[in-house]
Amino acid sequence: MSVTAAIRDRDVTELPSKRDEDWRWTDLRGLIRILPGPSPAFEGDLAVGPFDELVTRVVAIVNGAGEAKIDVPAGETAWVALRIVSRGDGAHAARVTINVAAGARLQLFETYEGEGGYLSQTTLAIALAEGASVERLVLAADSPGGVTVSQAEVSLAAKSDFAQTVATSGGRRQRIETRVSHPGGHASLRLDGVYLLADKAHADLTTVVTHDGLDGVTEQLTKGVVRDQARGVFQGRIVVAEGADGTDAKMGHHALILSERAEVDAKPELEIYADDVACAHGNTVGALDEDALFYARQRGMPEAQARALLTEAFVGQVIDRIDQDEAREIVRAWAADRLRA
Amino acid sequence: MMLSVSNLHAAVDGKEILKGLTLEVPAGQVHAIMGPNGAGKSTLSYVLTGRDGYEVTAGTATLDGEDLLALAPDERAARGVFLSFQYPLEIPGVPALTFIRTALNAQRRARGEDEIAAPAFLKLAREKAAALKIDFEMLKRALNVGFSGGEKKRMEILQMAMLSPRFLILDETDSGLDIDALRIVSEGVNALRGPDRAMLVITHYQRLLDYIKPDRVHVLAGGRIVASGGPELAHELEAGGYERYEKAAA
Repeated sequence: MSVTAAIRDRDVTELPSKRDEDWRWTDLRGLIRILPGPSPAFEGDLAVGPFDELVTRVVAIVNGAGEAKIDVPAGETAWVALRIVSRGDGAHAARVTINVAAGARLQLFETYEGEGGYLSQTTLAIALAEGASVERLVLAADSPGGVTVSQAEVSLAAKSDFAQTVATSGGRRQRIETRVSHPGGHASLRLDGVYLLADKAHADLTTVVTHDGLDGVTEQLTKGVVRDQARGVFQGRIVVAEGADGTDAKMGHHALILSERAEVDAKPELEIYADDVACAHGNTVGALDEDALFYARQRGMPEAQARALLTEAFVGQVIDRIDQDEAREIVRAWAADRLRA
Repeated sequence: MMLSVSNLHAAVDGKEILKGLTLEVPAGQVHAIMGPNGAGKSTLSYVLTGRDGYEVTAGTATLDGEDLLALAPDERAARGVFLSFQYPLEIPGVPALTFIRTALNAQRRARGEDEIAAPAFLKLAREKAAALKIDFEMLKRALNVGFSGGEKKRMEILQMAMLSPRFLILDETDSGLDIDALRIVSEGVNALRGPDRAMLVITHYQRLLDYIKPDRVHVLAGGRIVASGGPELAHELEAGGYERYEKAAA
């Protein structure tokens, strides 16, 4: 049961459906009645991507054509833009394999750029060797008619460092899933997300982290703002296996709902089988704080400006955690554009 | 008359709290409003600043002859009405400097003035922070987040100093302050006294009025001003309590 198999076999019954517990809020089987045919090869030039000027290498996969491999040799540093581009109304799937060798560093700028009513699946395998470091920024700009599933399997090694921020405006249906196997060993993980959804957009940020060894760190903060008839989904699971003592895991998910017909579904889960761990999670879904809003207005800000300031500040706390300066400012500008619209 | 309130009635959740309040504050003067808990002191400050949920059912309130009650909270602010909150709000993710600059420029735009340039703004902020003994680094932190009660009150006075309002309402500004903080805050407030400004100092205790000396003192009980007098009235209240006024109001 996978989107890749459904596309390959042109068989809708292989799509995940609400009967799968993990997909109950992102029911593709119920949405897609007839599987679209394969996307044609893209002819023509791609416009410049938002991060092209920052990086030394651009890997573009258009309509799923091609299999990409990104290797960073031991001790080296690479800045790579990975562009997953969808054009038209067909279905396509792509695979990306990323290996970051011992002590190497990868700054990954991953974008989803869509136009049309496509069905797109991207499967990523990201492996970090000992002491490797990756900052993965995902900026998902799907079209309102596009259906996108991105599934990343991340494996950490001792003393490695993986930091991720997903920033998304959703799609017709969109699922961005990250599964991390965390061996402990002072490896550290940051898994953040921002979803800003309007109209009928849907975004599903799903993460699963499995701590299997001693002394692992996970920090997770996701924030969302939904309005109109949009729907945000957050599913975060952290599993601390038996014996994974010394694990330090924090998960936060906070969402603002700005209209009556918008919806947020959240399922934060901590499954802890070890004794000596520090784990915490917080989850809030609500409206903008009316007291803070009045305070800002009393100081002179018109209502719309006060709302924008407080809302940007709300998601800004996630954006502030992006290490790389230019990336952080690009995401901040992206958020400001969407929140002031 | 700068502030003129006449026969003001206001309700919260359908319950009448202000019941015919009349008050006049001329430019250049500081008036104190004292009263027992539940008398309507905070309601008065929220009605004058236009908070949602405070419904005016009768009466008028004007600032320099203009109908305050018809204006949105930010419009009142742009005309110079400032409320120092009893419990200043924490604004996560917004550095104090950003918040104040945004507010100041919004007010200036509303008045048809140019926005303040960044260097001039920072110079002003440094100057006012130093006078209030606020570490400038603190202004780079999210406004009021993790600040102590005294620090929050000092931030209110700093905002007041930077926004330079004409009509100031201080709602229980002394609550949560130790003597040293009370002195610093009071000096900050007194520095703003002037012939073109007026202040309404709302307080439960006489203590604050030793530092911010009022021209007039009013007793608010049962939603109305039940007595007015000179500064000596505050001392009488300190000695005799509010009981006889509460009985009179009931």
